[in-house]
Amino acid sequence: MSGVEPMFPSPSSGAHVNAVHDPFHGDLLEVSMGPHHPSTHGVFRMMVTLDGETIVKLKPVFGYLHRNHEKLGENTSYLGSMPYTDRLDYLNSMTNNWAYALAVEKLAGQPVPERAEYLRVILAELTRLLNHVCLAGFLLQDTGASGTPLMYAFREREKILDLFESLSGSRMMCNYQRFGGCRVDASPEWLAGAQTITNNFGRFLDEYEELITGNEIMMARTQGVGALTPELAISAGITGPMLRATGVNYDLRKVDAYGVYSRFDFRVPLGDHGDTYDRYMIRILEMRESIKILQQALPALPAGPIMDPKAKIRGFRPKAGEAYGRIEGPKGEIGFYLISDGSPNPYRYRVRPPSLVNLTVLEDMCLGQTIADAVIILGSVDIVLGEVDR
Amino acid sequence: MMETLEQVRDRLLARFPGGEVTLIANPGPAAQHSLALGLNQAAAMALFLRDDPDLRLDYCSNVTGVDWPEKEIVESTKVTVPDPAGGPAKVVEQKTKRIQPGYLEVVYHLYSMALKHGPVIVRLRTGNRHDQVTVPSFTPVWRSCEFQEREVFDLFGVKFSDHPDLRRILMWDEFTAHPMRKDYVEPDDYEWEPTPHGTVLEKAKAHYPATAVAAPTAAVGAAHHTPAAAAVTTAAPVVRSDTGLETRATPAPKEGTP
Repeated sequence: MSGVEPMFPSPSSGAHVNAVHDPFHGDLLEVSMGPHHPSTHGVFRMMVTLDGETIVKLKPVFGYLHRNHEKLGENTSYLGSMPYTDRLDYLNSMTNNWAYALAVEKLAGQPVPERAEYLRVILAELTRLLNHVCLAGFLLQDTGASGTPLMYAFREREKILDLFESLSGSRMMCNYQRFGGCRVDASPEWLAGAQTITNNFGRFLDEYEELITGNEIMMARTQGVGALTPELAISAGITGPMLRATGVNYDLRKVDAYGVYSRFDFRVPLGDHGDTYDRYMIRILEMRESIKILQQALPALPAGPIMDPKAKIRGFRPKAGEAYGRIEGPKGEIGFYLISDGSPNPYRYRVRPPSLVNLTVLEDMCLGQTIADAVIILGSVDIVLGEVDR
Repeated sequence: MMETLEQVRDRLLARFPGGEVTLIANPGPAAQHSLALGLNQAAAMALFLRDDPDLRLDYCSNVTGVDWPEKEIVESTKVTVPDPAGGPAKVVEQKTKRIQPGYLEVVYHLYSMALKHGPVIVRLRTGNRHDQVTVPSFTPVWRSCEFQEREVFDLFGVKFSDHPDLRRILMWDEFTAHPMRKDYVEPDDYEWEPTPHGTVLEKAKAHYPATAVAAPTAAVGAAHHTPAAAAVTTAAPVVRSDTGLETRATPAPKEGTP
């Protein structure tokens, strides 16, 4: 025994909840939410123990979508895993591709031409827009605003997906980045389309905020619900908008300044309370910052090659060594840890999934809340089960 | 700027006399070197890394396992052998084989959110891959290890002492093996079907030697010649035409029947 006193003990350490021996209490009720519950955003399951309507214990159950992605990565070539990263977080295939390409480029010491770096930024920010707009729609769906906000959000998302389809050939499974560049170049028409969407997106956000942000029911349902302290968020490895909602200024686009992010002027929105409403607001504000980045990156896109001419596509064998590459995905820090032994396949291929790590504090946030709030809290964490279970 | 990894190692060794800290060099271009901590004081060292005012590695980003099975290493050494006849000495290459013992490794990527630096990569190594697979858990130090260490336990079979809730996380509770180990052999007796996929067919043949499963294309020709194959393929084999449509082939009439 090491004798280290945990600063934030896991509330899940008790395997059983003792029944309350009190004549005025009813029995505790255990509810299995999921894996087929529509509010769990996929095949996620929560074993919730209720005292009346209040949650006294919550155990997440994973693995319904597990296909051992990492083992598959070890059994295929470096490039062979690239289309498979699309399936991790299937809303954000562009950023998954970038994180993987970045890790491999670190592993092999592979430079990337400037035009490709700009294209990556443009596509990553478009991905952030579509992820956050989806979250805003689904969160409202979870609070019971059935239909309208989600359809508004999906209307905008579809425009960005059309862009992705015209560029990469696929709406969601883009398979776009390569080690040392990108797969296809963006045409001037495509760039004009991206510029139009960027120009119009702010107006959509205004409309959406008019509808939702000041809405009394929305505020009543989300403010003060599922609050998270910054200390616990840091200790639990929370990243992305969920971390910044607690007020911790940690954005990898600023901290690591990977790619060409240091050339753009944007701010990192921070929350104050760490509750569900802050997590919603952070996403809205981040979308506005993404628009700012796009407005700078699209006109500044330099001419030139999109692929490093010395990059090897076939017979790619990085030297023995290891590398951990991470980027700021829309859901948090997505990282890839690769070990090469000099063969065409990685010796170890590891995905650091933001969705799974962000669920560490799900129980802490839900304890003492009602079961209806658990649905909203889970919605504000923003998970995709393809990435949680891998 | 953060101090170098050598300085971190020296400070750890000075702070924990008798502790083991080894610097593991990374030969690749990434040059992300790491520190292997001895298991007896690893948890206290982790606490030091988290709380030290110059490091403040308050954020454990990534926890993962690596399996290093035992392997045979052939080392060649050159030995100068003098020529008994008095000529010039010969250089003879001698090869020695040794077995490098296998172990499991847990890798932690630590960053500092307060000071915005990192990564400091920390590795814990087990004694072997069978019975000495317990390492101290870092979950009391960083809560983010909770699910990720469960995953390492599940997929690699590393046991973490002091973990508050060490259960399988991705595989089901009744599962016994550890799929991410290099020597894991997946069972082929569930969800198998004789698809026209070569490796699946080979496995199915190995698993069901008595009822040889023939490939659908082979079965078309073989069905009415060999009785064993005919017994297996009770349903008419599927024929894939060039149009991509699957059609059930009508069995050819046996010879001798009208």
